[in-house]
Amino acid sequence: MERRSFLKVGAVAGGSLLVPVFGNAIAAEELLNPMAVQFKKSLADAAMNAATKAGASYCDVRIGRYLNQFITTRDLNVENIVNTESSGVGVRVIAGGAYGFCSTNVMTLDSVADAARQAVAIAKANAKLQTEPVVLAPVKGVGEVAWATPFKKDWRAVPIKDKADMLLAANKAGLDAGASFMAANLFQVNQQKYFASTDGSYIDQDIHRLWSPFTATAVDKTSGKFRTRDGLSSPASMGFEFFDCKAENRVKAAGGVTTLYKGAYDLIEDARAAGRQAREKLTAKTVDPGKYDLVLSPEHLFLTIHESVGHATELDRVLGYEANYAGTSFATLDKWKSKNFKYGSELVNIVADKTTPGSLGLVGYDDEGVASKRWDLIRNGILVNYQATRDQAAIIGEKESQGCSYADSWSSVQFQRMPNVSLEAGKKQLTPDEMVKDVKKGIYILGRGSYSIDQQRYNFQFGGQLYFEIKNGKIVNQLEDVAYQSNTQEFWNACTALCDERDWRMGGSFFDGKGQPSQVSAVSHGSPTTRFNGINVINTARKIG
Amino acid sequence: MKMLNQEEAKRVCDKLMSLSKADECRVQISGSRNGNIRYARNAVSTAGLAENTQLTVSVAFGKRQGTASINEFDDKSLEKVIRRAEDVARLAPENPEFQPAVKKQDYKSSVTFSEATAAIDPEYRAEVAALSINSARKQGLVAAGFFSDTTGFETVANSNGVFGYQTLSNLGFTVTTRTEDGRGSGWVTRSANDARKFDAREASEIAIEKALKSVDAKALEPGRYTVILEPAATSEIIGRMFGAFDARQADEGRSFLSKKGGGNRLGEKLFDEQVNIWADPWNPDVPVLPWDGQAMLARERADVVKGGKIASLDYTRYWAEKQGQRATGRHGNMIMAGGGKSTEELIASTKKGILVTRTWYIRMVDPQSLLLTGLTRDGTFYIENGKIKHPVKNFRFNESPVSMLNNIDELGKPVVIGGDEVRYQMLIPPMKVRDFNFTSLSDAV
Repeated sequence: MERRSFLKVGAVAGGSLLVPVFGNAIAAEELLNPMAVQFKKSLADAAMNAATKAGASYCDVRIGRYLNQFITTRDLNVENIVNTESSGVGVRVIAGGAYGFCSTNVMTLDSVADAARQAVAIAKANAKLQTEPVVLAPVKGVGEVAWATPFKKDWRAVPIKDKADMLLAANKAGLDAGASFMAANLFQVNQQKYFASTDGSYIDQDIHRLWSPFTATAVDKTSGKFRTRDGLSSPASMGFEFFDCKAENRVKAAGGVTTLYKGAYDLIEDARAAGRQAREKLTAKTVDPGKYDLVLSPEHLFLTIHESVGHATELDRVLGYEANYAGTSFATLDKWKSKNFKYGSELVNIVADKTTPGSLGLVGYDDEGVASKRWDLIRNGILVNYQATRDQAAIIGEKESQGCSYADSWSSVQFQRMPNVSLEAGKKQLTPDEMVKDVKKGIYILGRGSYSIDQQRYNFQFGGQLYFEIKNGKIVNQLEDVAYQSNTQEFWNACTALCDERDWRMGGSFFDGKGQPSQVSAVSHGSPTTRFNGINVINTARKIG
Repeated sequence: MKMLNQEEAKRVCDKLMSLSKADECRVQISGSRNGNIRYARNAVSTAGLAENTQLTVSVAFGKRQGTASINEFDDKSLEKVIRRAEDVARLAPENPEFQPAVKKQDYKSSVTFSEATAAIDPEYRAEVAALSINSARKQGLVAAGFFSDTTGFETVANSNGVFGYQTLSNLGFTVTTRTEDGRGSGWVTRSANDARKFDAREASEIAIEKALKSVDAKALEPGRYTVILEPAATSEIIGRMFGAFDARQADEGRSFLSKKGGGNRLGEKLFDEQVNIWADPWNPDVPVLPWDGQAMLARERADVVKGGKIASLDYTRYWAEKQGQRATGRHGNMIMAGGGKSTEELIASTKKGILVTRTWYIRMVDPQSLLLTGLTRDGTFYIENGKIKHPVKNFRFNESPVSMLNNIDELGKPVVIGGDEVRYQMLIPPMKVRDFNFTSLSDAV
């Protein structure tokens, strides 16, 4: 579920004011000195000792320091820079067979011990309603270990002036190319996370992510029409070298209709293309509704994978834990147990992988201390597995957790969240241009647009940023007012061709929402350009009074 | 840390302003204690308590500003956050759209706090879950629900003498009740500032009744239908429309409220004349803070739509000054006038139609026409001759709130609905609407 996209950021920005900033908002030397590991260990031990004494059979402690910087620009102005720092401790326990959780932002030995005792009291209050005790799949303690996102250039040490200059240059490029308005943002995240548990793990992790979305808007005042084109960037878990885009990072879209990116991103170049393409959209041909063969580019297809496979194979949904909000799943246990449920065509191979370099879900360990790994979800079109945490793995008889536990803050309780879920590249050599040559009546879709799917992940309607009509193997013109509707199983069974490894790249989301209270997580999805035959396309043009 | 009372909050604000060497300083502090209990499969799945207090400080040297936030309150941390903001401001270029800190405001307090809600403890939350789970079990159903309560405070202050402090509390409850075979599902939502207005048993019974009635849904052809939309079904649809009432976007030509050839559509009749919507921070059912935390401007009672005409637009301080308008605090709630009829009475007067309990995953398809897509969920029923005839399969819709509010047959009695993905507290009626556009079917239950 791609929900609450900017609500969290909006809430943060709402607490600040309009601010243009050119400098290092947080002194780099200060940021580069994280909290001493021994101090974090002493806090964790205090919490675990208090919880155990109060009657907990298990306790884990997450100590977090979260440093975020959001830069917002509008046309040639820097509108807002928000620097946030938040730190605190979350304690989760099992007592009487039930979970309890408590968090505090006061990082003293007494305060965390109090939080641990409160967590135990909450667990005991809930134990009365427990029909079956929580059972955790075993995890061997790893002792004291550390893990960090690999990066070359620390975003925290890059002068804000350089970042703001980059965003303003992008806006200028978009305006010069035809946009009436530009808005570009830069989100930068550093999560310093410490995890300890009564299983004997003390894990210190330092995680970095960044994303630079923008929107180009073109207005035709005479007709009263306006159109937008968002950036085609993919957020990444890496350093600021993400913006050092070289020739090998550029990928020509089919027919050369635009430039796409792999492993790095040229924000300014994409903004220039967006300004031109937003203007072109004002006169694009409205689509004739009907059945089309869709050629879907990875920075579009990632969200389709996310919604129709990523969420559908979350074991907490399958079991009913999300029934009240995010929903359940059509991919029920009986389908998995049958070992012959045709989720997609034989070409469809989808893996979960928390180890993919540069991906948003890349971590060393999850928020239950389970080491990251890769496993199959769909193999040759057949549903073969789910995504699970320790307590869910035990429910379906799995011997170990797949490491899918995550909390978005020290103050949030951890629960099942999606790893990177990706479609493998095709085994036969095929480029996007060669794929288009085989299409008689089709649409080539690039970029993420409007996404909506039902609560069991059957019926969906997706749109994109750029649509190009394909006629008899050739891209002929830009289209507008396009959305496709399908059913997950029918859609994946309509998959007829995949480009090869050379074309495989990731898209991603910073703000995937789920849970109550709602939490966000960041996740990537890789794929090659992929073709789906005979998909229903609707025309979304409307007139209002 | 413990909640700051007014005196303590004032002391922190004054301390920050005394530490600041800038021309002006603005402070916002938010503290909350959030308790919750979540259950599924007829058992509690998680429960917790989270406490946090966060401060944001913004300083300015002339037209150059800097902002920083932190959640630590010792003297060293207060000094640190001020210096961070100042370091940024000193290096900032002048912002051409800079607005100096607002002058002293008159914040007329609103009743956003209830002792009964603040007194909620783990036992109370467990009791809510128990009531809901036990009611479902008795009917052979499976409940999944969420109850949360918040108690906290908000403070705003600036170096022009602005100071506001107010305590808050509220609660929210939702439960989905499903048949064991997954063929039926019902849902209910409740939101309140005062726990004495909340009844977990009464709410749960509604979800149970809908689940039992929704088994064996029949498929109807997609198309245009008369619908009775319960308030929860429309809250997200019309909530998104209010988000597009920004004056600048309208004036710049990129809004459904832009006028062809330039300007905006303020004063134009865009909806049925039964549509009357206003904001009022002091409404006792949906009270909100009497200030807008971002601008620190006082909120006012304001008509948004009157007799179907656009009655006001949202102006930022910069855009208001540029356009010669007066800026007020951004609204925190939306209240829509209705009639006296219940949803049941609206059903009774319907010859043929569809009752929609809840809508789901609503997204903007086209901002030009405000076309939204989304689905029905957890209780969709066919109505014939004033009675619910049978459950129907869920639909996807593609519809604009502008069209929807032009096709109103009748409005019912407004109820309180807390926003999910929209930022407004709402008091809105059930609506009977003609020609609502369902475009496809969903097999999801």
